[in-house]
Amino acid sequence: MKKEFIKEKYKYGFYTKIKSNTFPLGINKKIIKKISKIKKEPKWFTKWRLKSYSYWKKNIYKYPKWANLRYKKINFKKISYFSKIENKKNKKLIKTFNKLGVPINNKFDKISIDFIFDSISIKTTYNKILKKYGIIFCPLSEAIKKYENLVKKYIGSVVPYNDNFYSALNSSVFSDGSFCYIPKNIKCPIDLSTYFRINNETIGQFERTLIIVEEGGYVSYLEGCTAPIRSNNQLHAAVVELIALKNSKIKYSTIQNWYPGNKNGRGGILNFVTKRGICYEKSKISWIQVETGSSVTWKYPSCILKGDNSIGEFKSVSLTKNYQQIDTGSKMIHIGKNTKSTIISKSICMDNSISTYRGLVKICKNSKNSNNFTQCDALLIGKKCSSYTLPYILSMNSTSRIEHESTISKIEEEQIFYCNQRGIDNDNAMSLIVSGFSMNIINNLPLEFAFEAKQLLNIKLENSVG
Amino acid sequence: MLKIKNLYVSINKNLIIKGLNLKIKKGEIHIIMGPNGSGKSTLSYIIAGKPKYKIEDGEILFNNKIINNLKPDKISKLGIFLSFQNPVEIDGLSMYNFIKSFIKKKNNNNILKNIYKKCEKLNINKKYLSRYFNLGFSGGEKKKNEILQMLILKPKLTILDEIDSGLDIDSLKNILNNIKQYINKKKKKRSLLIITHYTNIINYIKPNFVHIIYDGKIIKSGNKKLIKKIEKYGYNKFIN
Repeated sequence: MKKEFIKEKYKYGFYTKIKSNTFPLGINKKIIKKISKIKKEPKWFTKWRLKSYSYWKKNIYKYPKWANLRYKKINFKKISYFSKIENKKNKKLIKTFNKLGVPINNKFDKISIDFIFDSISIKTTYNKILKKYGIIFCPLSEAIKKYENLVKKYIGSVVPYNDNFYSALNSSVFSDGSFCYIPKNIKCPIDLSTYFRINNETIGQFERTLIIVEEGGYVSYLEGCTAPIRSNNQLHAAVVELIALKNSKIKYSTIQNWYPGNKNGRGGILNFVTKRGICYEKSKISWIQVETGSSVTWKYPSCILKGDNSIGEFKSVSLTKNYQQIDTGSKMIHIGKNTKSTIISKSICMDNSISTYRGLVKICKNSKNSNNFTQCDALLIGKKCSSYTLPYILSMNSTSRIEHESTISKIEEEQIFYCNQRGIDNDNAMSLIVSGFSMNIINNLPLEFAFEAKQLLNIKLENSVG
Repeated sequence: MLKIKNLYVSINKNLIIKGLNLKIKKGEIHIIMGPNGSGKSTLSYIIAGKPKYKIEDGEILFNNKIINNLKPDKISKLGIFLSFQNPVEIDGLSMYNFIKSFIKKKNNNNILKNIYKKCEKLNINKKYLSRYFNLGFSGGEKKKNEILQMLILKPKLTILDEIDSGLDIDSLKNILNNIKQYINKKKKKRSLLIITHYTNIINYIKPNFVHIIYDGKIIKSGNKKLIKKIEKYGYNKFIN
């Protein structure tokens, strides 16, 4: 009975039985070389992986402990670092993605999707149309071979391998991910999207995304993710790098719906992600995220505003329940003059969950006339959840302006009763109030995603008023 | 339509309603008056089924059905509407989306037409529909919003809790005229319970009964002449 209840809550929690070649557990140089070999990577790349690994190994005891998160120490020896299904055309794959609501063969209107299953990219749709514009959208492992110079120039340029513990791990073992290149003055006519699916039980997923937009270009990129229900924790450590050259725009939207663990806090994805973009002159990067998944989330999508007049945005809404923990926020590093950044973080916190906003706004000495606006709103439901706001603010000149606003509120019983009095039941009342609370963020998502995000929030809210 | 029998209600273990009886028949208009803290608002909340208000004894019947233990959304669906004294605000949720969420028919075109028509009647600027629910509305605008919802929900019993507070005289006239029109349209089916401080209300609406509530009980019932007496002597005459 109880099992069914949980299943119903996380409808993506099924497992696909499929033949795959999964590496033995553990990580060492041999494993890394083997990954590199399977992928037929050039030598410089294998070297880069090994360099990352040495750094990671050296720092194995220095994994980040500063976050407001409690979880069992991760045993890196008990993870498999690579899993490749034997046959990419296996019908079970088609069925899996159909069940997830992202059919591989059924073309979505105006979205090109890269499907990633465990460690491997399965298929990318809409390729022909993109080619017409000179847009490259393909698995990163393919790009390493086909567009070697581009990858060589940019990979690790925004998030260096030694940036942090998990970026080092990712740089050494990452298996696949998406690569996207928008040529000069091209506005990508369709949304590009990657759908991540973790299927295998012992695998860690380490994908890497690299997006480069040339001068005057534009792209809207979407990322979605799910995983089966497991009683063990699974590791997901991704790196995303965005490069926005002069006058370009990148909009990066995420709907994160990893398995969040069960009612008692068992299982779920441990999500340690480094996402960062660099903005050159007059360019703009927007991070928009809807977070409902993972049992533990550690993630700070950031912008380095290097060019003058560049703009960075971070808009996030998170909903946590049961024993979920989330430590998230953004970093805005202002380097160029007249740079602008906005951070809007909304968190909805239920049950025993803990939600922390952690953000850095740094305005450097030469970044004259820059400004930042930060707004953190938390909505608490119930008596056992907690919410924290930890802003780090640093301004090194006198012509810039930084604003920080923060609120914590509870859903008032009066509001629920008012809705009830109009014939609206508790679930729908909650959903109305929460959708109002998160409206500003969800409206920034591309249309289909906005709809999905609203539904996702509603499913998670069911039965939340006793 | 509504029958309240020997009702005792407490909140946080404080007894507020202490043996109250009330009967409202179809098509009747009742006015309940009383000094502050006499239990007026509690009475309206308990009829609407507000959580945390506990019925210790007695019964509330609506069309011969006991509604003591019904959830507030179910009570609303039976056809009981409460116009709040202080309606809530909901940030980020437009007035239109809120109203749409409780409308039964899902034909979008007609919904909007229907709402527009009612806004016109109540002198509500259509622009308000896209504004966040009650956010930054004046007291009068909030009350108009309540009555708009009433006209859309078409309740059998309407309870007006301090409808006059925050309203200027023209708006009050307009609102009461709309309510009167609504009741008179199907006189055999619709009733009204007005809870107020404002004795002048009888200049605009003619009640069948007037009651004085004090210390959780109805201590005096009569017709509209009772209001004149209250105006003249105050409540004290009846209390002693």
